Amino acid sequence: MTQLKGKVWVFGDDIDTDAIIPARYLNTSDPSELAPHCMEDADPKFAHQVAPGDIIIGGKNFGCGSSREHAPLAIKAVGVACVIAESFARIFYRNSINIGLPILECGAAAQRARSGDVLTVDLAKGIVTNLALHETYQAAVFPPFMQEIIGAGGLIGYVRYTLGKEKSPDG
Amino acid sequence: MGMTITEKILAAHAGKEQLTPGELISIPVDLVLGNDVTAPLAIQEFERIGVPTVFDPEKIALVPDHFTPNKDIKSAEQVKVMREFAKKHKITHYFEIGRMGIEHCLLPELGLVVPGDVVIGADSHTCTYGAVGAFATGVGSTDLAAAMATGEAWFRVPETIRFVYYGKMRPWVTGKDLILYTIGLIGVEGARYAAMEFTGEAISDLSQDSRFTMANMAIEAGAKNGIFIPDAITKEYVQGRAQRSYQFYDSDPDATYKEVIEIDVSQIEPQVAFPHLPENSRGISQVGDIPIDQVVIGSCTNGRMEDLRVAADILTGRQVAPGVRLVILPGTQGLYKQAISEGLVEIFIDAGAAVSTPTCGPCLGGHMGVLAKGERALATTNRNFVGRMGHPESEVYLSSPAVAAASAVMGRIVGPCQVVGKGCQG
Repeated sequence: MTQLKGKVWVFGDDIDTDAIIPARYLNTSDPSELAPHCMEDADPKFAHQVAPGDIIIGGKNFGCGSSREHAPLAIKAVGVACVIAESFARIFYRNSINIGLPILECGAAAQRARSGDVLTVDLAKGIVTNLALHETYQAAVFPPFMQEIIGAGGLIGYVRYTLGKEKSPDG
Repeated sequence: MGMTITEKILAAHAGKEQLTPGELISIPVDLVLGNDVTAPLAIQEFERIGVPTVFDPEKIALVPDHFTPNKDIKSAEQVKVMREFAKKHKITHYFEIGRMGIEHCLLPELGLVVPGDVVIGADSHTCTYGAVGAFATGVGSTDLAAAMATGEAWFRVPETIRFVYYGKMRPWVTGKDLILYTIGLIGVEGARYAAMEFTGEAISDLSQDSRFTMANMAIEAGAKNGIFIPDAITKEYVQGRAQRSYQFYDSDPDATYKEVIEIDVSQIEPQVAFPHLPENSRGISQVGDIPIDQVVIGSCTNGRMEDLRVAADILTGRQVAPGVRLVILPGTQGLYKQAISEGLVEIFIDAGAAVSTPTCGPCLGGHMGVLAKGERALATTNRNFVGRMGHPESEVYLSSPAVAAASAVMGRIVGPCQVVGKGCQG
């Protein structure tokens, strides 16, 4: 589960949540309705050409702007396996962890990757390999508390566990 | 060891004497907030948790304000989900159309957020409440769902950047100009994950409405929260409104800051942020000739009485330029009514403005003023991202209500001095 392999789509710095999913589509929270508009105002072709398992690369401050969880939901629903960026805006970061969208903060991987490169990602170890460049990078490690949320599949699973509704956060 | 106001509020809620930046804490929240975009998703996730009731029906605020009055069938369905959830769980603070306002104007006005609070809202501009000395931050729908079930939220204690504003403000300069200037100075990720603490002699004279505007836009610098040390101005605002007891916190003189940034406000002109980031701000004298199609005055950033009054001051006896659309949105029903009783709405309508019931509408390109391809707007809102107010090839510039009103009259972006000519240097 933790070993991913996908083709890269590179986006720049300060990709905001209006670019990820424009507010004109927020009259629904159905992921299948959001997915066709994912990244529409940054790259109108993206949602039509992205393949399941592909990887989004962002620059600095990826996901800045609004608190809309529809942004990571749309990215997840369109089939993107992982987002790697130099840095993330805090609400997007938090939302991604909470809904179980894999994200990694890895400046070197983000700066070096070019659209079309193929990466492998070991989520558990935070190791990113660019197969086109034959380079390997180490991403920032999540604090133990966040690893527990990730292990539970997101915040809802974690809360169910802490409220005694589930036996194990891995279940 | 000294603590900042942000650290003190979080420590008090964590039941600890001392907190330091970087610590992870799970603490009780005083109020949680959702709107018609974020609450329906939170309600869906809340159901997945499997608890029969919300943690406290009096500590949840549900405000349908983004696409309301419902702009289409899907929006109506979203609000219906909120309404039915509020009814089922006997949520005290659900605000129906006709009683609602823009959430971040409404909750302080009603005294539902008070100094010393910890508030989370599934809306990024929840940081607005730092203007009354509360710790308030935006989260997503799943965080809202978890908090509605447990009454708690987890935080990483932020480092604090202290901003010290000194000097005398120029005519027509407001909190909006200070915050646009500040974001221009530090950039849209200049305060990422940090608390922005707004202090200094220029702040001690700053109106409560201008403080709301500044705290509101802390998120546009990437901050977790923006906060003011409560004082006599805060007290005057909250007393008589507060629905709960409140506590004023202050930063210790020996508190530790990530950085201290001093800003001479006497050097700050009215500001305009160019597309497509709030950090692209420049003084009005550096704007050049920029014709506009639409002006919007309102939003959680600038939809309060000070904003409406300054707009009316400039629009009195003047007309919106031919070919320009001016949309004015008072932030709450209370503000709308006050604007009517003060004669402001009559001034707006005489000038040729459209005045509407409270809604976030145009700020996020939802309704009530969506832009066509190639159109350009000047707005008192908070974001000028690509496509923010409509077509991806439209443009949004950001300014204060004074600049917005003056520009509506001239049909291009100008400072108030060019229209009013009083108390101006240039």
